[in-house]
Amino acid sequence: MKVTIDGIEIEVEPGTTVLQAARMIGGDVVPPAMCYYSKLKDTGGNCRACLVEVSKGSEADPRPMPKMMPSCKTGVMDGMEVKVKTSERALDARKAVTEFLLINHPLDCPVCDQAGECDLQNLSFKHGLEKTRFKEEKRTFEPENIGDKIQLHMNRCILCYRCVHTAEQVCGSRNHGVLNRGDHAQISTYVSAAIDHEMSGNMIDVCPVGALTDKTFRFKSRVWFNKPFDAHRNCDKCCGKTTLWMFGNEIQRVTARKDEFHEVEEFICNECRFDHKEVSDWVIEGPRKFEKWSVINQSNYTRKMDKVVIDTEKQILEGRDQDRKKISMKEVPYKTSEK
Amino acid sequence: MGQKILFEKIHIPGIKTYDVYRENGGYASVEKALKMNPDDITEEVKTSGLRGRGGAGFPVGLKWSFIDKKSGNPRHLVCNADESEPGTFKDRYLMEYIPHLLIEGMITSSFALGANLSYIYIRGEYMWVFKTLERAIKEAYAAGWLGKNIKGSGYDLDLHVHCGGGAYICGEETALIESLEGKRGNPRIKPPFPAVKGLWQNPTVVNNVESIATVPWIILNSGEDYSKIGLGRSTGTKLFSVSGHVKKPGVYEIEMGMTVDEFMNSDEYCGGMIDDRPLKGLIPGGSSVPILPKHLIFKTANGEDRLMTYESLSDGGFATGSSLGSGGFIVYNDTACIVRNTWNFSRFYHHESCGQCSPCREGTGWMEKILWRIENGQGTEEDIDLLWSIQAKIEGNTICPLGDAAAWPVAAAIRHFRDEFEYHVRFPEKIKNRDHFVNEPFEKVKHLLQNTTV
Amino acid sequence: METLKKYHQDINITPELMQRIQELVSHYPEGKQKSALLPVLHELQDAHDNWLSVELQNKAAEILNITPIEVYEVVTFYTMFNQKPVGKYMLEFCVTSCCAINKAEDVMDYTCEKLGVKPGQVTADGLFSVVGVQCLGACGYAPMLQLGDFYHEHLTKEKVDQLINDCKEDKITLHDK
Repeated sequence: MKVTIDGIEIEVEPGTTVLQAARMIGGDVVPPAMCYYSKLKDTGGNCRACLVEVSKGSEADPRPMPKMMPSCKTGVMDGMEVKVKTSERALDARKAVTEFLLINHPLDCPVCDQAGECDLQNLSFKHGLEKTRFKEEKRTFEPENIGDKIQLHMNRCILCYRCVHTAEQVCGSRNHGVLNRGDHAQISTYVSAAIDHEMSGNMIDVCPVGALTDKTFRFKSRVWFNKPFDAHRNCDKCCGKTTLWMFGNEIQRVTARKDEFHEVEEFICNECRFDHKEVSDWVIEGPRKFEKWSVINQSNYTRKMDKVVIDTEKQILEGRDQDRKKISMKEVPYKTSEK
Repeated sequence: MGQKILFEKIHIPGIKTYDVYRENGGYASVEKALKMNPDDITEEVKTSGLRGRGGAGFPVGLKWSFIDKKSGNPRHLVCNADESEPGTFKDRYLMEYIPHLLIEGMITSSFALGANLSYIYIRGEYMWVFKTLERAIKEAYAAGWLGKNIKGSGYDLDLHVHCGGGAYICGEETALIESLEGKRGNPRIKPPFPAVKGLWQNPTVVNNVESIATVPWIILNSGEDYSKIGLGRSTGTKLFSVSGHVKKPGVYEIEMGMTVDEFMNSDEYCGGMIDDRPLKGLIPGGSSVPILPKHLIFKTANGEDRLMTYESLSDGGFATGSSLGSGGFIVYNDTACIVRNTWNFSRFYHHESCGQCSPCREGTGWMEKILWRIENGQGTEEDIDLLWSIQAKIEGNTICPLGDAAAWPVAAAIRHFRDEFEYHVRFPEKIKNRDHFVNEPFEKVKHLLQNTTV
Repeated sequence: METLKKYHQDINITPELMQRIQELVSHYPEGKQKSALLPVLHELQDAHDNWLSVELQNKAAEILNITPIEVYEVVTFYTMFNQKPVGKYMLEFCVTSCCAINKAEDVMDYTCEKLGVKPGQVTADGLFSVVGVQCLGACGYAPMLQLGDFYHEHLTKEKVDQLINDCKEDKITLHDK
């Protein structure tokens, strides 16, 4: 089947979705996906961030589709023509979705462990407004404790349903779900039960935002201060292939390996994720590479680092020299006013 | 006096019971249908031009013809009795007073579709109607119209009534199916359409109560006879549920093609405005469709008579027209506040949004909050433009039509009644009480807006 | 959600109730018993003072052989299921457009004042609660309220007085069994 996305033609198997075809092409024709996850069945269609314009339905029925279509749920037809970044309407819809996702979001990136590897952060960088038009009070939820492994921050959730599908498909059972409806819909166990299953930690990795984060990594470090290494170990529960997030010689966090679309390559078990924090537990393969623009490259250990000199007492009392020059102080005379 | 199809027998005393219904010619369409070829029944319905009465107006026969008969999977017919659109209460009237008509229609329609297990999904609030239907179904089983080998035809049908739990969204056909499966009423993404994968992944047709209740008449007479009633592509009769500021609110059956003027002002129907106060606006098809201002109610934008048909009510598109929708006819006089009413609708959609997709989940709440501020004198001029922008961003970007339904009333209110919004923004002290236009209708204070300084 | 744990309820599944539940389950094909969830929850709620505790929801899950979270998800989605104790007589006023323009809010305020409660609260004697709900499909007969299985339409202050008196004298049928 032939499909044209932003003028680029590609041959794909029947049953491929527009989003998958766009990912085959790669680059900036790939629509953002906040809820779709290729490793989980039945995901997608909720967030509406991947809306595209279908300007030609197919060879057989060339009429354009009247509505914006979610590319993750739209199967390609032979001869279909799709506009992603060349469609003003699609870009408008994406901006609209970004704004909707952000109005009730707490925007607490400075204290959020997901910051730096957050899909919502990326989306708002590219498509968000610089100013909010939302004057109202934000919606908040009561905090809920879901065990000692996973931290739930419901205020940050965008209801992608990925964690629900993970529980169903990866863990095989679930005791959490989406409760209530409308803008009060929330991820919860209803009875404050612990989410505990040997694969439950994968919910942290699939979460596109900071709603589900690693409790054992909470406030330990910003992700860009960690040095990621690929590593593996023999594990009888999972593939054992992980990324270790190191600070010096300390393993601060273990995650599955994520590809360029921020999807895990293979799911890992909780034992690998939470119970092996010694370097000796792992065979380290080498540094994990990230996209050029990723903030995680801040910790690029190939670059020469300046030595940091901390001289607290002096700085508190007198301020730094360079700052003292900027503001007028007695020791640094104000040149223009001197007569 | 127009022809009555659905209400022909509704006033016969005791028609609720099987015996009276049967004595008055009930279930005759089933007897006739069981001797027909099922596909011929579908053809008859196609010929009739009957359009779905739930709101979208999709031709019923065409919908039936889409059902997947090739796969060999069991098929289902589901009747959508989850009537929750504000302004609409026609199905309840039918089911409450003549339950066997719906059951008869269900049997005939299920036979046409080859469905052996069918359901009536009724909203949970209509609990007494649920019980009425349950009893009527028991009577029909006892009389041999349901169950195995109906009247010796070899055709089996089980029919049950299922009650919802209070969710407007379950009126959307895929959400209704989810709810019937015992889940949250989150609409499914289409395709696949229910005609291919519906209830329990089996081919399913979902039809409104009124549509199904019309089928017996079409079978007993003919599709052609039905198509002669009405006007153009709006064939047959339609139930309108009238509410608001009219003398005689209630449910009326009319032949399509009557003028809006006659419907509203004749004594046989609405009987004119209550207390003879001036008309301000009209919502012709339930809360989701755009409101029409006074000058566009009886005449279309190009000066023709506005008629009670699908085409005429939507004449002019959303700029100067509306839509027939579900037939929820809400009339407002000059004491009604459009801003307050729009807020009220927005609150409804905010409350009823399922929360599955982001534009609707976040947008409906946002609109409600802004409208609440404007209505309470805390709005600004920019808020009006912001509202316009938000509704445009919701419309068309959601999984199901609830997003559109939430956006249209807001858009129409701003389009036709922008001056009322401006009045609310500029004279907050005048709108402090919730019935601010009751003693001082907007027409009387409108001139204040012409002052350039406050 | 944490607060829900503090409410307890005595669960009593009588043989008649169980029989009714089995009848409802029989309406759906083998293996699709989850479909009966909504009707079964209505029956359970009607038999248990019009609300569903966590224990009762777990019981529903057990009867239908599904997981508790599947029940919680449904109970919290639909508005007719109460997760906290409510008054024996729950007066649910429709406050959507057509009722609102027919003074539904005034009648509701009057009722609240008369009973000394705010919308959503239960009277001290546990007899009444008042709530505002969205469109109940009686727009032409506004203003109206729902009490149990039935609608009370064309309300006036006098009718509300009468209704409250009837409730106090136990003259009102809540459920059509």
